[in-house]
Amino acid sequence: MKEEVKLMKGNEALAMAAIRYGADGYFGYPITPQSEVLEKLEAEMPWDTTGMVVLQAESEVAAINMVYGGACCGKAVMTSTSSPGFSLMQEGVSFMAASEVPALLVNVMRGGPGLGTIHPSQADYFQATKGGGHGDYHMIVLAPSSVQEMTDFVALGWDLAFKYRCLSMILTDGLIGQLMEKVVLPEQRPRRTEEQIRQQCPWAVTGAKGRKNNIITSLELDDDKMEANNNRFQATYREIEKNEKRCELVNCDDADYLIVAFGSQARITMKTMELAREQGIKVGLVRPITLWPFPDEHLRQAAKNVKGILVEELDAGQMIEDVKLAVDCKVPVEHYGRLGGNVPTPDEVLDALKQKFNIVSK
Amino acid sequence: MKEEIIIAGFGGQGVLSMGKILAYSGLMEDKEVTWMPSYGPEQRGGTANVTVILSDERISSPILNSYDSVIVLNQQSLDRFESKVKPGGVLIYDSYGIHTPPTRTDIKIYKVDATEASFEMKNAKSFNMIVLGAYLKVRPVVTIENVLKGLKKSLPERHWNLIPMNEEALKKGMSLVVDV
Repeated sequence: MKEEVKLMKGNEALAMAAIRYGADGYFGYPITPQSEVLEKLEAEMPWDTTGMVVLQAESEVAAINMVYGGACCGKAVMTSTSSPGFSLMQEGVSFMAASEVPALLVNVMRGGPGLGTIHPSQADYFQATKGGGHGDYHMIVLAPSSVQEMTDFVALGWDLAFKYRCLSMILTDGLIGQLMEKVVLPEQRPRRTEEQIRQQCPWAVTGAKGRKNNIITSLELDDDKMEANNNRFQATYREIEKNEKRCELVNCDDADYLIVAFGSQARITMKTMELAREQGIKVGLVRPITLWPFPDEHLRQAAKNVKGILVEELDAGQMIEDVKLAVDCKVPVEHYGRLGGNVPTPDEVLDALKQKFNIVSK
Repeated sequence: MKEEIIIAGFGGQGVLSMGKILAYSGLMEDKEVTWMPSYGPEQRGGTANVTVILSDERISSPILNSYDSVIVLNQQSLDRFESKVKPGGVLIYDSYGIHTPPTRTDIKIYKVDATEASFEMKNAKSFNMIVLGAYLKVRPVVTIENVLKGLKKSLPERHWNLIPMNEEALKKGMSLVVDV
């Protein structure tokens, strides 16, 4: 299938992108606001075309362990869920990180904590970027802010996961999941053959014909060996930090104030920036695309000559910690965010910016 | 060109699908489009609304505080969104069940008796297309040809036989809309 222009929800585009990538398997359990991912996959029936497995597991715990199994075999496997579902998956996530297996995990966030609401939130930032599961591990966390990026980050996520033998996560929310926009779907890639998987993933359990068997486990009772494992994980993370920081900077060159926002909120604050500039307030937008590794150098550069930074996020102040670390507290940093599934309008963020930094518009 | 629209009414009135058809029509004209629903347990009976933006340029926020055009299909939505029309903007409402009509004088207000017309057409499902016709008469942001093309894109093939009925409803809406 060739490239195609479509009008689609973020969730649907994500499902299509998985099929087009040549994915081997999707394992999930329905939860609002991302149920369209599984629905779209089942409607498309890729098992008849590419041979991709789509399976509704009995729970999130089962789904993540199916992903673990597929990943150990070098398959391109994924799951998607929303906040409470991702909490249930944390044991599997930590085990996969310790086993150094690649997979794509998607969290379409909703308001928490607890079962919370079904409406947009970004309050799983800490969980995604600082752990969530136990132990010293990281996932590459990608934050799409459009339906096009929901599509593009599927391929990017898997490519990075296979490159570093790590987990990639797409961290988005109900707003981007439910939003319909124009999207260009990529050309269909063929699924890799077993032989190609053996070549790409010599570590995978692919049947030990003519070679020593590969053992994949997160258990290592010898402390020295476990320390060596940890040192190897950390070396990978340093390599990822060196190569994979991504960020979009808009109108930062002449900016007096910066707004830092990711995902859906970068869309809201893009409009805030337009409104501010109409009023003569020079605002620039910093949009971290990778939340881990956090694009601290981009931010430091953009913040060199500004009077203040407003971090707008749908939580009580999580990314703001990374922003403060990045600028070493040399610039005043303030937070604004709505909670519990509410989303601010662009005007509301502009009012907050003016109020926090005592800006009088011309 | 940029048009920021909100359509609001009861769940089940075809609010979301009307927005979808409008978005598809924009796509047919090679415009940038966003369609953002109020999603949630409001499939039937509760209130539903959708924000649609059509633009020649990249669209920033899909969520807005004020709109160029507001289409309201019940009293609750009228009460909630009358104040959200930009000065000089357009408000369209269906008078069925409206006990307190809009009062602003700095916007253009239009009325379309779409509910009654859909009863006359003996087809409640034509309701949202009558409203869409009324809107496109007032704000011709996309051509009728492209709406029909968009309809074809958004409907599964087994429903293409309904397109002539939808065209009739669009034209009905265009003839019914009145300046208030």
